Amino acid sequence: MSLNYIYPDNEVVRNYDKCICCRACERQCANEVHEYLEEADKMIADDAKCVNCHRCVSICPVRALKIVPTDHEFRKNTSWKKKDIYEVYKQAESGGVLLSSMGNPSEFPVYWDKILLNASQVTNPSIDPLREPMETKVFLGAKEESVKRGEDGRLITKTSPQLKLELPVMFSAMSYGSISYNAHESLARASQEAGTFYNTGEGGLHEDFYKYGGNTIVQVASGRFGVHREYLETAAAIEIKMGQGAKPGIGGHLPGKKVGPNVSRTRMIPEGTDAISPAPHHDIYSIEDLRQLVFSLKEATAYKKPVIVKIAAVHNVAAIVSGIARSGADIVAIDGFRGGTGAAPTRIRDNVGIPIEVALAQVDSRLRDEGIRDKISVVAAGSIRSSADVIKAVALGADAVYIGTSALLALGCHLCRTCNQGKCNWGIATQRMDLVKRLNPDIGYKRLVNLMTAWKHEIEEMMGGMGINSIEALRGNRLMLRGVGLTDVELRMLGIKHAGESA
Amino acid sequence: MNNFSTAITTGNAALEGAFRNPSGCAISGIFSKNGKLMSGNAIIESIEIMHERSNGLGGGFAAYGIYPEHKHEYALHIFHNSIGSKIETEKYLEETFEVSAASTIPIQPVPGIDQGPLIWRYFATPRRDKLRDSQQDEREFTARAVFHINRDIDGSFVFSSGKNMGVFKAVGYPEDVGRFYRLSEYEGYCFTAHGRYPTNTPGWWGGAHPFSLLDTTVVHNGEISSYDANRRSIEMYGYPCTLQTDTEVIAYIIDYLTRRQGLTFEEVCRVTAAPFWSEIEKMPADERREYEFLRTVFSPYLITGPFSILVGFTGGMMALNDRLKLRSMVAAEKGDLLYCASEESAIRLIEPDLDKVWAPSGGECVIARLTPDAHKKIYG
Repeated sequence: MSLNYIYPDNEVVRNYDKCICCRACERQCANEVHEYLEEADKMIADDAKCVNCHRCVSICPVRALKIVPTDHEFRKNTSWKKKDIYEVYKQAESGGVLLSSMGNPSEFPVYWDKILLNASQVTNPSIDPLREPMETKVFLGAKEESVKRGEDGRLITKTSPQLKLELPVMFSAMSYGSISYNAHESLARASQEAGTFYNTGEGGLHEDFYKYGGNTIVQVASGRFGVHREYLETAAAIEIKMGQGAKPGIGGHLPGKKVGPNVSRTRMIPEGTDAISPAPHHDIYSIEDLRQLVFSLKEATAYKKPVIVKIAAVHNVAAIVSGIARSGADIVAIDGFRGGTGAAPTRIRDNVGIPIEVALAQVDSRLRDEGIRDKISVVAAGSIRSSADVIKAVALGADAVYIGTSALLALGCHLCRTCNQGKCNWGIATQRMDLVKRLNPDIGYKRLVNLMTAWKHEIEEMMGGMGINSIEALRGNRLMLRGVGLTDVELRMLGIKHAGESA
Repeated sequence: MNNFSTAITTGNAALEGAFRNPSGCAISGIFSKNGKLMSGNAIIESIEIMHERSNGLGGGFAAYGIYPEHKHEYALHIFHNSIGSKIETEKYLEETFEVSAASTIPIQPVPGIDQGPLIWRYFATPRRDKLRDSQQDEREFTARAVFHINRDIDGSFVFSSGKNMGVFKAVGYPEDVGRFYRLSEYEGYCFTAHGRYPTNTPGWWGGAHPFSLLDTTVVHNGEISSYDANRRSIEMYGYPCTLQTDTEVIAYIIDYLTRRQGLTFEEVCRVTAAPFWSEIEKMPADERREYEFLRTVFSPYLITGPFSILVGFTGGMMALNDRLKLRSMVAAEKGDLLYCASEESAIRLIEPDLDKVWAPSGGECVIARLTPDAHKKIYG
């Protein structure tokens, strides 16, 4: 074994004047960072094991702990940053592909932060959501193209199946396996209470959660894990996962150590085996194949449930979605390159795909140019951080958004980005029972509901300011947006004007 | 893009259609259910009393039943910016329509109405062979011809294109516009009027209200906050919006929903000024399903923000407020007459002794239609 070239990114700083050696940090840390030295009556820490998840910081009763980035640095070099150097070291050591978790943390533009909203002044009034009704209800699904009437002249009111959302926000796909039973329970119960939907991801649906089926979107991914008749029938909608923003073009891999008895049963694979999702669906090599799967699933569920196709935002996303809109799918979900993941090859996560803001704008414009925007609902995903991002996504053209990372943060995630290690101290991205039980679903679901409630209030407030009292009047309403500090090309891609340009 | 406005504006004035142009306004309308013909005098008086609600940058009228001798032909009212554009437009019309009469629209000079474009009127019917080859119905054929002229012929603008009806509009105060077009010499069973208060000054005649397509005319007071959502949706269905005014979009939405989708005007109200979900949930099951259907399927055509509109169509007039009633509108009845106006004064002035006066609530659809007998008499 050669020398260890890696100096830890973070340092655990303990204030010994405050530390009472209660050893809570030691008990709580699944990474075994903290240790009590009996003879010295002193707590010490191994920085190298620390993932900076803040569990010990949060649990410490005397606030004796903090985690700070190390000031240990290489000689300054613009080209070779510390991260680049360490990654070479790691690969020279292991010979392996680097793995990462959560969304792309690199410095690419966040267009949400370069877009500003409008408000009403003088020529039309803003609307006070505390005094007037403010509607955030959304229906997702294909809309009829022509009106039909019965012999009595009354409208035939049958439509394609629709998902009814109380606000345009859903919880995006996170599989049981990548996240815990308690995390899933929290998401399921929160969806029911908030009037929205959560998504099983590709790991099947635990039988205990069938009762939340009315608020559940089940996923059919390339591995087909956990897909059976009851699974499809229980759900409110079915999502075909073609791609994921964090790892466009590749499949998934749940390591065998996470496949315990429950996950094994739910995924319908032997205990302890790796669950590998192939990069493509091996029955979908082209758009006409996708159409067959869409209709297979519709046949299997008697055309009662909307079918969603989820794709990663890649360069020709607009053309792809145009194809999907004609494939019989009711909803398309587009996942931007900042979208999160339980585990992805670092190079893929950090280098593949395009920003959701641009992808969404291009897709919405293309569907309108082709006159087929009403054939399909569009859900945007991948780095929606706040109600303002939701509003901007809707104004760019989304019917609704998916949130993943925001939901996990609500459950206590501290974005340490080590989900792939399976030792989540917050009980979210782990299958270790001692850790899972740290996430109390009674509290977790309430926090998710709170988040939805808070965002709903904020959405109403911003809509009211714009003089809009129903969310559909905001959808695709790009005149409500202005860019700041964007180039002509960026503005053109987003289909918005620059701040200062009047309408 | 139509560059009509380019040529007739002077100096650095902004161009209609080059920017979004919200405006406040006054509107008024009179409708006789028995099809009794009235001169344009009453509507001029009615809109004149609301002079303060306009700013002299646009006024106009729609009148129905005014061309009985040409009732089976499309009456095309066209602004020509130059002889050149007139020749080009007329060449196109000759190729696609049988034109039975072409003349200038009679005017009289009025102080307050500046030199405008050439104002021509054509009574025309689509050529049978062209219509057959197009595989469209007559109305769609005519609508597309209107779009063609307005978009592709530089300097000409069709501002009225229905049968047995006409739009008359100009830059100026509405009462001056009415006298300019000698409305007192026309007789119709329905008149609507508009005085404009735009927040920009394009000074283009085509930008005045009413805005129309075929026989649907809209006069509108308000500034809709849903504009771009509505515009981007209606453009999908072959309605290029070049003027960037709310009224243009509203007129197209109404045409699309009624003519293309076959909705009734009552149903149009349930789409554009839909009741709140909370109200829909309280409705009896049958009704609720219909309202839900309309709101769901036609959600891009919900119009939010303040508006009051008067819609004229063959055989009827509809008044509608936004669902919060953020703009004033009063309705009144006297015998078979329905009056609607931004202010009660505009009705009282021309008919002090009313049977009924009320302020329609937000989203409430007020519709008057010709009696079957009257309809037969006028259109049969």
